[in-house]
Amino acid sequence: MLAFLIQRVLQAIFVMLVVALIAFSLFHYVGDPVLNMVGQEATEADRAALRARLGLDQPVVVQFFHFVVNAAQLEFGISYRSARPVTDLILERLPATLELAIISAVFAIVMGIVLGIYTALYRGNWLSKFIMTASLIGVSLPTFLIGVLLIYVFAVELGWLPAFGRGQTVRLSDWWSTGLLTASGLRSLILPAITLGLFQLTLIMRLVRAEMLEVLRADYIKFARARGLSSRVVNLRHALKNTLIPVITIIGLQLGTIIAFAIITETVFQWPGVGALFITAVRFVDIPVMAAYLMMIGLVFVIINLVVDLLYYVVDPRLRVQGGGK
Amino acid sequence: MFKKTLLATAVIGAMLASAAQAETLRWTRSADSLTMDPHSQNEGPTHSVNHQIFDTLIYQDMDVEYQPGLATEWHVSEDDPSVWVFKIREGVTFHEGQALTADDVVFSLNRARHEHADMRGLLTSIAEVRAVDDYTVEVVTDGPNPLLPNNFTNLFIMSREWAEEHGVEEPQNYAAGEETYAVRNANGTGPFRVESREPDVRTVFVRNDDYWGIDHYPMEITRLVFTPIESASTRVAALLSGEVDFLQETPVQDIERLANADGIKNEQGAENRTIFLGLRVDGETLDSVDVDSNPFADRRVREAMNLAVDATTIQRAVMRGNSQPAGMIAPPFVNGYSEEMDEVLPADIDRAQELMEEAGYGDGFRVTLNCSNDRYVNDEQICQAVVSMLARIGITVDLVAQTRSLHFAEMAREEYDFYLLGWGVPTMDSEYVFNYLYHTKEDDRGSWNFTGYSDERVDELTVAMGQEIDEEARNEMVSEAWQIVHDEVLYVPIHHQMLTWSMRADIDFQVQSENTPHFKYLRFTN
Repeated sequence: MLAFLIQRVLQAIFVMLVVALIAFSLFHYVGDPVLNMVGQEATEADRAALRARLGLDQPVVVQFFHFVVNAAQLEFGISYRSARPVTDLILERLPATLELAIISAVFAIVMGIVLGIYTALYRGNWLSKFIMTASLIGVSLPTFLIGVLLIYVFAVELGWLPAFGRGQTVRLSDWWSTGLLTASGLRSLILPAITLGLFQLTLIMRLVRAEMLEVLRADYIKFARARGLSSRVVNLRHALKNTLIPVITIIGLQLGTIIAFAIITETVFQWPGVGALFITAVRFVDIPVMAAYLMMIGLVFVIINLVVDLLYYVVDPRLRVQGGGK
Repeated sequence: MFKKTLLATAVIGAMLASAAQAETLRWTRSADSLTMDPHSQNEGPTHSVNHQIFDTLIYQDMDVEYQPGLATEWHVSEDDPSVWVFKIREGVTFHEGQALTADDVVFSLNRARHEHADMRGLLTSIAEVRAVDDYTVEVVTDGPNPLLPNNFTNLFIMSREWAEEHGVEEPQNYAAGEETYAVRNANGTGPFRVESREPDVRTVFVRNDDYWGIDHYPMEITRLVFTPIESASTRVAALLSGEVDFLQETPVQDIERLANADGIKNEQGAENRTIFLGLRVDGETLDSVDVDSNPFADRRVREAMNLAVDATTIQRAVMRGNSQPAGMIAPPFVNGYSEEMDEVLPADIDRAQELMEEAGYGDGFRVTLNCSNDRYVNDEQICQAVVSMLARIGITVDLVAQTRSLHFAEMAREEYDFYLLGWGVPTMDSEYVFNYLYHTKEDDRGSWNFTGYSDERVDELTVAMGQEIDEEARNEMVSEAWQIVHDEVLYVPIHHQMLTWSMRADIDFQVQSENTPHFKYLRFTN
């Protein structure tokens, strides 16, 4: 167990170093932040002085070393654009993204499982066929288009829901202000959550349906039916339980994707989360923010993968034998 | 007598009614202000926000005319042509109650000259700023500077007492990563005070009822809510759905749609920005050209390109009418503008081909055009149009369109032979254009002249027009300089950009060419 754990953690550290290298290389290949930081009237001497103050004139290796050491302490320097510590900026924006991600994940999971079961059990009827066709749209339309369509229908034409922003927020602690406790906050959440969750919803739904159909053909289900159990018990207890095992793995991995792909949704809805922060940073070549964001997303994926691996290890006894540990 | 009283009562009644009416204006544009520290950044959206909170000595009103702000009058000193005298408005108080004196003005000007201040670039000619008495400030320049006041239109005045109290005597230092008190808090003398600020999310202003100009300006907005929205379609949707009232910088593709929407109208005006193409005219050969010489060094080739690039077609097909084709790199309200030079030559392919042949490029050549794709209105589409237009005279253009941060970084490294650039003239005078775009590239001058063009006479005139006080003599210099570069066909001008603002139909507000809305002028017509 311990050897396996150490091996996995070492792997995770290696992956993070690679991510750090990519994030760091931004400093050298993405435009020139200095040009964006000084006005068009600035002289060449002004620019050189600023470059020196930012440490952009030091050798690359030295800069990378500082970057990794600082990053390990969650220290990403100062935003070139707003001149505030990047860590503060990200922490300030994270609650908005987490709330959006969690709500849309819950939406995707609940709706995905319910619709998946329904379409598996009632394969032939028109509603199932309609849902299956509609889900194709969810998979194939790009996120920003879904967002824009939702805005035009529900904000512009019907005027039911806000087109942008997070509504009113309530401050819970120093850096957590939530939109979940106000009416306007909840209303503002609906369209972005649907936009962000739609792809995951269709994915989960199709997976649940496929697994469910598979399981329903299995012998033990036939046997359960033969024993005269009600179809409700057979479907929901015996079949569903076995359907959900692979689904849970996918859901775990998708949660990371939701946070990462929140970028587009946040931009479309002007949602003040880390994704929107990242896009603004790209526009202003605010490299410290971009680098920190990449590291954060990298870390999320590495942790999720690590946890999934460890869970497999716990669940599947065969892995333990192979590893040789105890 | 009775009639008079009745009238007076009615007037007072009407005033009370209008005063009691609370009018909120919800304002959006693509980018937020970077900081509320007024001297830290020299950037459009930042200035727009700060103009609501702070006053400047002089400002450009909605018609870009110079108007007295905190200075009631200004003139060159009779004794010394290198000294400008400013009379400061009396009886002005800051939002937090401090009285404005000459001392605050001296402090603010010096603060803006600090090495951390981005505004410094506009104030390099200043040698000393001094207060003569409580309401007179003298600015000493190193040599006569007739344009000095033009540099003050975005130079905000803050309170020395307040700055000292909060330890913000120096402007925010970007590189050292300071987040000073002045970044999120502001104490100005302006028409609005800040109620709350969440960067990139929402900034709320309330009317300053003690404003010195409360009777001079309509001042009808009691509450101003600014929410930046980055995505163009969301910005437009927010206006259509009634969640915002005023949209600054309407995306070109949405202008028509908004014009046809109920209860919404567009206002348009020429923007202070000219779009043009730059060519590297020095050097034996060019990196991206497939011939052994530098075709751009030949005036005839440049003229041919000017004849082939059809600004009128670009206006119609690319800009959908929302631009003004240009013949010179200065919009109409800039001093030195001439209608004659701004005249757009009709495209003439035959003549252009003749010129190409005369220059020895009858078979044409190949060159790379570098273009931004997110900086100016339809910048990439303009370049695409240019590519097909130049193809007609045998010039094969490889287009490289990329994001602004890469475009301008590579431009600054002088990597381009042929590039797209846009230029605004904040000082409203040609000297600014010559200083940055035509003067030989050296030290502090010619910093945006990537053409390699260098002409002794133009350099001489540029320096001289920055110091000549006599208006007539000065204007002669300006027009001589324009004539030289016009005859040289140095750049390929395309158009003056147009600016569109969209708003609720019951709002009476015009476009300001500097793209700085002064909300104290806004009226509601309901």
